[in-house]
Amino acid sequence: MTFLLPCPNCGARDVNEFAYQGEVTKRPKESPSFRELTSYLYFRENVAGVQREWWYHRLGCGLWFQAERDTRTNEVLLTELVEPRREGAAGPEAPAIPDTPAV
Amino acid sequence: MRLPAQPGERIDRDRPVVFTYEGKQVHGFEGDTVGSALFAGGRRVFTRSFKYHRPRGLLCCSGHCPNCMMQVDGVPNVRVCAEPLRAGMRVSAQNVRGSLERDLMAVTDKVGGPFTPVGFYYRTMIRPRRAWPLYERFLRSAAGLGKVDKHGRRTGRFDSENRHVDVLVIGGGGAGLRAAREASARGDMVVLVDEGPDHLTHELGAEPFETLAPARAIGIYEGGLVPVDAGSILYRFRAERIVVATGAVEQPLLFPGNDLVGVMLPGAVRRLVDYWSLRPGERAVVLSADERGLEAVAALERAGTEVVRAFDLRAEHVNQIAARGRKGRVQTLNVDGNEIACDLVVMSGGRQPAYSLLSQAGARVEYDAARGIFVPTDLPENVEAVGAVAGDVGSAAVPAATFNGAGGKGKCFVCVCEDVTDKDVKRAIAEGFDSIELAKRYTTVTMGPCQGKLCHLPSIRLYARENETDEATIGTTTARPPWTPVSLGLLAGRPHEPTKRTSIHHRHKELGARIMWTGVWRRPHSYGDPKAEAKAVHDSLGLIDVSTLGKMLVKGPDAADFLDRLYPNRYTDLKVDRIRYGVLGTDGGRIMDDGTIARLDDETFYVTTTSTGADKVLEWFEWWNAVWHMDVEIVDVTGALAAVNVAGPRARELMERVTDLDVSNDAFKYLDARRALVAGVPSLILRIGFVGELGYEIHCSSPYGPYLWDTILEQGQDFAVRPFGLEPQRILRLEKMHILIGQDTDSESNPLEANMPWIVKFEKDDFVGKWSLEHVQERGFREQLVGFEMGDGLGAVPPEGGQIVINGRPGGRITSSRWSPELRRVIGMAWVPASLAHADAEIAIKMNGGLEKGRVRLAPFFDPEGTHLRS
Repeated sequence: MTFLLPCPNCGARDVNEFAYQGEVTKRPKESPSFRELTSYLYFRENVAGVQREWWYHRLGCGLWFQAERDTRTNEVLLTELVEPRREGAAGPEAPAIPDTPAV
Repeated sequence: MRLPAQPGERIDRDRPVVFTYEGKQVHGFEGDTVGSALFAGGRRVFTRSFKYHRPRGLLCCSGHCPNCMMQVDGVPNVRVCAEPLRAGMRVSAQNVRGSLERDLMAVTDKVGGPFTPVGFYYRTMIRPRRAWPLYERFLRSAAGLGKVDKHGRRTGRFDSENRHVDVLVIGGGGAGLRAAREASARGDMVVLVDEGPDHLTHELGAEPFETLAPARAIGIYEGGLVPVDAGSILYRFRAERIVVATGAVEQPLLFPGNDLVGVMLPGAVRRLVDYWSLRPGERAVVLSADERGLEAVAALERAGTEVVRAFDLRAEHVNQIAARGRKGRVQTLNVDGNEIACDLVVMSGGRQPAYSLLSQAGARVEYDAARGIFVPTDLPENVEAVGAVAGDVGSAAVPAATFNGAGGKGKCFVCVCEDVTDKDVKRAIAEGFDSIELAKRYTTVTMGPCQGKLCHLPSIRLYARENETDEATIGTTTARPPWTPVSLGLLAGRPHEPTKRTSIHHRHKELGARIMWTGVWRRPHSYGDPKAEAKAVHDSLGLIDVSTLGKMLVKGPDAADFLDRLYPNRYTDLKVDRIRYGVLGTDGGRIMDDGTIARLDDETFYVTTTSTGADKVLEWFEWWNAVWHMDVEIVDVTGALAAVNVAGPRARELMERVTDLDVSNDAFKYLDARRALVAGVPSLILRIGFVGELGYEIHCSSPYGPYLWDTILEQGQDFAVRPFGLEPQRILRLEKMHILIGQDTDSESNPLEANMPWIVKFEKDDFVGKWSLEHVQERGFREQLVGFEMGDGLGAVPPEGGQIVINGRPGGRITSSRWSPELRRVIGMAWVPASLAHADAEIAIKMNGGLEKGRVRLAPFFDPEGTHLRS
């Protein structure tokens, strides 16, 4: 992979400066069933097409952001920071919460 | 022998250059290449071929073909025809047993035929199976080109550099130069890259743009990345626009004997005559399907070569061609039955656009039947092709796939790199390799050093004819980088092993510490006697540098809540100036890291991590907060702070000497944190006890580290204070049954089964990993991390990673094991089935080929009540 990735903070940089952390997953809300839990932990969409995913500017500014990338062509459609969660939302529930790379 | 001086020649006859070939002195001139100088000295055979060890001579003289690869100053596979001559070069032949003139391995050409068909190593040398080591030894010694000195030292330095330009022009011929000038005139920042100086048509430095030469574009990668090999520097170019002007490559004709020494492409003739004033031969025959061969006639006449016949294959119909030679050198050419004596055959099969880079960039390649060449089309955005590579190669006859010689004797080479003949290709097709991609892999045509420059087009013509179809149907193989050969050193770049050392590191060296790697850190293994160092901690006082610990400040109104969500235990109720141990886990419930967390004030926590986990934990914290957006800032202070741990029964007495702080057990309890001056240095003191004895971990600004270290050693002299390294620390923590992340845990371990259920607070609303740990709780424990001990006295220590055997089967594994000098027995930790995870359970440990008994322990071996720590 040698494409350029626009860091929301630093601008377009070589993709090797970044750590890819997989597609954005949705953390279940309170007490998931065993099936919901394992789907969240272990199952991925693995789309051939546009995917929303996590990137970390490891050898740069240290920013976490999300990108929309076509997994077939590596065309990056957008990169952006994750929006703050809505007012009043309680606890760690959030629109999308990452899981560890080494579950 | 040189021709009389002529205008335009590249050699400077006033500046002789001396080098050696096979130890003997050879003379050339400034401006020569190694190849031209050797040719001037009378050398005609330059290599022995890959498989048959046939003599081979100059063919293309442009650095494309494998025919002139030699060992130069220890570097194998140097194409000497293009290698500029320098004084003192040491040049020798490669891939020969003996000399180029008498190569013992040439026997494969005479009798090897039946044994070395295409793909022979897959089928002729496999039986009997037993004999394979023998075959292998032979094949390994026979295979390969050139020799690398296994004990050789690095001779050069390689670097890489990123470049960003508006326009990158690849190829400095007429078309490339025009494109560069035009873009430059428009105000673009332009860099032109050329293999030159051979092909350059402009003077370096005389143009308003930058020229890199000699330099070769290796390929065009995803995202328009163009790595350029400039000898010792790899430039990684990104350009708004890429102009490919790589020209076209002269193609050989296929006829028996087409690899004989003296059979050349027209470009080789032109260069020998015009650049280096050399006569390529005495009597020449020219076979030409385009203008190029005929142009060579003029050059030959200038050089005084007698051109016996020149066949224009566009006008004359020729059926049979065969060259015959003696000792590998061409002597006669037979054309349709007419035997012509000659020592030079110029063959020109038309020019094939060098489209590889375009194809790598995403262009399609189409066969132009009228001209018999493949041309690039549908260029991607931002990529442009100019000149010959775009198909501007003039008119040519489409030569026959192969010309058969009368009598059909002699090998006809499709691929000179890999020694593949037309018979090999036909055989592959007969065996069913009808797809060009499969046939390529089977026959290895186009896979040699020239990467298809000379064999791609002719081989496709041959496939088309043998499959009774056309070239367009056969299609091309995928063009892949590298387009030109590149040295491994250049790809590897500068050797770079990131290393971290603490600010106290030089003290350890002065004390004679044995230094070891832990992750990227260099740390003292011990100062010579691990057991004595461990004993000093128990008996009196020890000092260890723990600056490598990951250290973070987590600060903000939400800091406590933030940690509550990340860790399975609670921090909102941690009192200011108190410390709590934490195990960081994933949402899958797996242990990631551990460390201590001290609350410095309501909104500030000081978090330590393992030495190797610092970066990972920082990333982890930041990642979650990228979603949570909690009001908290995380600052990594790992490198900014040094830390030492003073441990042992006399640690308090020492502390009394170096700080005014009240360090009495009532004022400064176990798991208290204090900020105070230590030896005058502003410090954070954590009273923790990883090694099991009364201990103070002192964190201070890194530059003060050595001073703090010195002061403690000085003030502790009468306590016989002793620095201790990692190995004694490992013994001590094992006695205390403190786990080491990554040693006693792996990527599957969870805190419940790792015997720390007390740390998981299920009553919390949520935390990372809660649901998975709830599941572990429900399903019940499968295996558990326990301690074990073995017998008394000086028993042998079982290996870490060793097996625990249950009913004759592996049922568990040892993660840590040491002989404890304090307890005078072997102790360790192990994962065992939950059914065995109770005190005094007996386990069988595999070691020394037999089984030894061990006994499970759940409480720490040393000071199970923790009185040492707390008093």
